[in-house]
Amino acid sequence: MIYNIPFIAVAALVLIGLYAVVFKRNLIKIVIGITLIESGVNLFLITLAYRQDSTAPIWHGITASSNNVPFMSLPVPHALTLTSIVIGVAVLALMLSLVIHIYRHYGTLNVNKLGGDEE
Amino acid sequence: MISLDTLLETFKTGSGLWNPLVWITGMAIAFLIAYILRGYGKKEYKEKTEQTKSFLSGNPEYEKEKMHIKGSNLYWGFMESLKWFYKIFNKMHTGNVTDYVLWFVIVMGILFLLVGVI
Amino acid sequence: MNIEQILDTLLRHSPALIVAIPLLGAFLTPLISKINDKVRNVFVILTILATNFFIFLLASDVFAGNIHTYVFGAKNLSIPVVRILFEVDGLSAFMAIIAGILSLAAVIYSWSFMKENTGLNKFYTLMLLMTAGMLGMMLTGDMFNFFVFLEITSIASCALIAFWTNKGKAVEAGFKYIAISAIGALFVLFAIALLYAQYDALNIAVLANNIQYTFLDKIALVILIAALAMKAGIVPMHMWLPDAYGRAPASVTLLLVGATQASLYGVFRVCFTLYGSQLNSTLRNISGTTITLNSLLGTIIVILAIVTILIGVMMALKQIDFKRMIAYAAVAEIGYMFLAVGAGLTTLGTAVSMNALKGGIFHIINDALDVGLLFLVAGAIYYATKQTSLNNMGGLARNMKYTTVFFLIGLLAVAGMPPMNGFASKILIYESVYQVNPVLSIVAILCSILLLAVFIKVFHSAFLGPEQPDLKDVKEVPKSMLIAMGLISCIIIFFGLFPELVVNNIVQPAANALASNTSYISQVMGVI
Repeated sequence: MIYNIPFIAVAALVLIGLYAVVFKRNLIKIVIGITLIESGVNLFLITLAYRQDSTAPIWHGITASSNNVPFMSLPVPHALTLTSIVIGVAVLALMLSLVIHIYRHYGTLNVNKLGGDEE
Repeated sequence: MISLDTLLETFKTGSGLWNPLVWITGMAIAFLIAYILRGYGKKEYKEKTEQTKSFLSGNPEYEKEKMHIKGSNLYWGFMESLKWFYKIFNKMHTGNVTDYVLWFVIVMGILFLLVGVI
Repeated sequence: MNIEQILDTLLRHSPALIVAIPLLGAFLTPLISKINDKVRNVFVILTILATNFFIFLLASDVFAGNIHTYVFGAKNLSIPVVRILFEVDGLSAFMAIIAGILSLAAVIYSWSFMKENTGLNKFYTLMLLMTAGMLGMMLTGDMFNFFVFLEITSIASCALIAFWTNKGKAVEAGFKYIAISAIGALFVLFAIALLYAQYDALNIAVLANNIQYTFLDKIALVILIAALAMKAGIVPMHMWLPDAYGRAPASVTLLLVGATQASLYGVFRVCFTLYGSQLNSTLRNISGTTITLNSLLGTIIVILAIVTILIGVMMALKQIDFKRMIAYAAVAEIGYMFLAVGAGLTTLGTAVSMNALKGGIFHIINDALDVGLLFLVAGAIYYATKQTSLNNMGGLARNMKYTTVFFLIGLLAVAGMPPMNGFASKILIYESVYQVNPVLSIVAILCSILLLAVFIKVFHSAFLGPEQPDLKDVKEVPKSMLIAMGLISCIIIFFGLFPELVVNNIVQPAANALASNTSYISQVMGVI
């Protein structure tokens, strides 16, 4: 049961992030919601890499043919998570700079007051 | 050129109506009728008097530039009769980004139900 | 080394070069722009021309029947497949041709359309990055690589949509676009992680070989289809599309059409190739009629497509902004492609299915060209008159003759009149969809007529009529914009006069690639 807690945390993060994006009206809160979803997906990727009683997949001072090679967790999801974190940082920076521009033009951060003037 | 027998055969099939010769003959007959009807018109009329001005059901005629129908007035009859339809869809297209994500979640939920149950 | 050997070497490396050349050009553009403005423009056009040369070289070999793979980082494949693979089959080469033509027209058009703006170094850099991202999405054979290129394309597109930062509306449209794109891409990553957790593979061919239809696979399929369909503009998740298309500069909208169709390509890749082996499995047996996966998936896609066509056309009729109206028409045209491919999916394996797939795939390139031409004309009118609303225009045909002719060609092509290319693909769609269900064909023909009505409204209120007093001294647009519009119109008329040539040589390999995924899988797994 204790090994299922990360998956429950992933589901909780994604659902809370979706709630923040759908039901909140402040633009900054929408951006925070998107970041929560991204954190949830990154946690899911890392959790997939874990094997019981394993260490970090880094070779320090030993080669593959020596004895007592430690049991390592899978390295590929770690690489995927690093890529995803970097992409998330770029998207977050872009979204926040656009929010600054919107505030300068409209003077408000309320989503209801922003768009929909033309149909 | 094909022989007369095969040409007559094509008229008997169900798609003989699409023969180009039939259409050209039909258009020639229509032009002839239109020309005869035009000949029934009056030939004597006085130019540059009331008889040659356009009739707008009694409304005054402005100069050319103001008579051009602008974009939003063009399909007035269509828009008026479908006002009930557009009232619903205008309310759906609000312009908030939160509603866009809400629609995405709704569609994903419906697809989950369909694929999961069946 | 004679010409044969040089061409052979270039052909072997072309999948990597097609993505690498725009990427390298994008990073060199700020350096070269320190010399001069004209040198930078010429450099960008030369980069795009080189990319197009490699695209046509690769496409001419792929359409002859060979699937090309390119392994990054090793000379050959080996077990287990851990390298990133580019795998180019008929459908990928077809979409790459579209992206090449659209990017060439966009760069030529931007030469004079964006001339008075500042910050053009960043504009051209972002355009080359967006081209590299689109081409990477279409050529890749690896799911996580697809996600990375999807994010590259959305970030570059968002920055380009919000390019006119002095207007508040463009920035707001950019924010909406990046919020929707980020959420869609994150859900795609979630589905990819689910598939990786089950099969320990990220390669599409390896996944397609090993896939069984378990419960987690169902979740991954639904998430992938919903998120990629949202990026492609399927109703009811389409509402970002008029905002983003309508407020961006015209050449950026042209590239955005290509990016939207790359997401559509993603949906087809997932449905037909990734889950292709499971498409014939029966899910449930209800009193004699078996429900297979392809009929369920095809029915879902067809229902979404019909709703898309109807709502796209009806909302287009009441707009008064020029580009927003064309954007809603673009939504309706995406519905046509979805309808045809969904009808082909429902009856997979029969002759009707092959016709429907051919019609849908042919419509992809036709719609990209037609709607692209209409957006370029809208940009030309904005450049000449600085007006976007239809209420302020009138009588422009007197001064802008060439633009009027191009708009007429685009109008006839979108409405499906012969001799333009829209007729050829739409009649394939009508005839094949009729045999699946007559009601679908009736709705499709009706909405095609309504699309004609939409554009007649635009044509009358913008071009016909007497000359308005405040638009008295508009001139014809500069030459480079006319060259870009002329290039696309020539291709439209050529496709319309010789559709047989196009369907047999270009569309048939793409339809074969969709109909069965065995050659896609055996290209990778057969080597091992």
